Amino acid sequence: MEELSAGIENLLRTLAPQVLGVLARRSGDFAAAEDAVQEALLAAASHWPREGVPDNPHGWLIQTAHRRWTDHVRSEAARRRREEMAILREPPPDASVPGEDDTLTLVFLCCHPALAPASAIALTLRAVAGLTTAEIATAFLVPEATMAQRISRAKQRVKAAGASFRLPPPHEQAELLRSVRHVLYLLFNEGYAASSGPALHRVDLSDEAIRLTRLLHRAVPDDAETAGLLALMLLTDARRTARTTPDGRLVPLAEQDRTRWDRQRIAEGSALLADAIARRAVGEYQLQAVIAALHDQAATAEATDWPQILALYGLLEQMTGNPVVTLNRAVATAMVHGPSEGLSVLESAAAALKGHHHVDAVRAHLLELSGEQEAAAAHFAAAAGRATSLPERDHLTKKAAELRSAANHKTEASG
Amino acid sequence: MPRYLLAVTFAGGNGVPPMTEWTPEEVQAHLDYYGALNDELIASGELVGTTLLTGPDLAVIVTGDGRTAPVRTDGPFAEVKEWIAGFQIVDVESEERAVEIAAKVSAVPGPGGVATRQPIHVRRVMDQGPANAAEMDSYVRTGA
Repeated sequence: MEELSAGIENLLRTLAPQVLGVLARRSGDFAAAEDAVQEALLAAASHWPREGVPDNPHGWLIQTAHRRWTDHVRSEAARRRREEMAILREPPPDASVPGEDDTLTLVFLCCHPALAPASAIALTLRAVAGLTTAEIATAFLVPEATMAQRISRAKQRVKAAGASFRLPPPHEQAELLRSVRHVLYLLFNEGYAASSGPALHRVDLSDEAIRLTRLLHRAVPDDAETAGLLALMLLTDARRTARTTPDGRLVPLAEQDRTRWDRQRIAEGSALLADAIARRAVGEYQLQAVIAALHDQAATAEATDWPQILALYGLLEQMTGNPVVTLNRAVATAMVHGPSEGLSVLESAAAALKGHHHVDAVRAHLLELSGEQEAAAAHFAAAAGRATSLPERDHLTKKAAELRSAANHKTEASG
Repeated sequence: MPRYLLAVTFAGGNGVPPMTEWTPEEVQAHLDYYGALNDELIASGELVGTTLLTGPDLAVIVTGDGRTAPVRTDGPFAEVKEWIAGFQIVDVESEERAVEIAAKVSAVPGPGGVATRQPIHVRRVMDQGPANAAEMDSYVRTGA
């Protein structure tokens, strides 16, 4: 494929879900419509850079996708000819009439509860974000054929679950929205997992998660938790460039160069969050976003408002019962009441998080704060042995080495 | 999603004779089983890749100190059965799923069509970045 200008690529990706919405609604066959739109996008990507963007790109894509779709129907038509002729005789949908906003319907289909999160993510990236299968495969470091299978199975499963292209009734939407937010949150996390390594020509998954959450927020502007999720992503992502060194090493929050935080993202996230909170429907994403905002607002690590963060983790823990939150509360407790108090909170969560390397990492950190260097070194080493991420493992290994050598110096000096 | 390497060694199953002593049909059934399993993993969108390695006969061991000429040792080597014979990499939802696939690999048929029960090493592949935003946040915050 030819190199696409950013302008054309943006245009295609903005139009993709709109075109898919029109075609899926009309054909009643989401899977076939999705294939047709994908082919139309590929056709546009090869024609437009050479021949220029048509006057009505939206209409061009609908026409092309509709043609592909009719080809597809025709090729299967031998045994069902009569019923389909009626449909095929109709003119293509009128592209000049702006369609309803189908984003929400599409997102609900792609994040259908019948799908495993990984399948939902892949399908959402293709159908809503307008990425090609090849781009998604590269982003997840799997072969294109593997990703193509994952997407096609996801579509089959949505179909088998009896989902059709219509907006679910309002009483079902709240529950569906919850699973959509979860999928987008996981996608954002995937962006973290792929944040270093061979990133050349790779779609940035955190950016995609933010883009998709913006779309969702636009579709349900009154939903406080969706706004909270978008705020959380922006407030966390604001620290992205300061979080790693150019060679991929981790920089702990306390050591980050805060002048490199993205002020625009922080401002946008904070404003969204203030609006969301005013709706008085507190949820876990809003609480996490408030915590992220408190960190973002601290001019120095020392200026962090730990008492408030501690209170928020307490709330979040009550709301979710998630032991990882307890781990966070242990750290906040240590910052407010001292490391030994923090350690006792940590032990209350340790059993539920058995074998999780963050337990060892946090324990090591709290022991280090208590001045117990040797014990801290041992726990950092244990955490390194169980870490599943390369930058984390390297960081933990180095901490263990530093503390061990500091402990040795102390022994030498006193002996 | 987490990735796992499923590695098989030259150990084979307990009490299973070397493949050169099987009947051609038994060898074919063994290969067909692998083929079908790989097709299944491609169809489920979980297979990242399969790699088979040549045996210890072609292996060399190299050591060097960066200054003097490297030392190259050819076989035969001790404990040949511990050598990796090949591996698959799968991209799956959970460790449980990786273990489930490994069990299928281990059940590959040997002589008489009986499962070889060859040992499969299940190893998680390292992620390239911090694994989880929420956990990572606490992690960078602590400086741990």
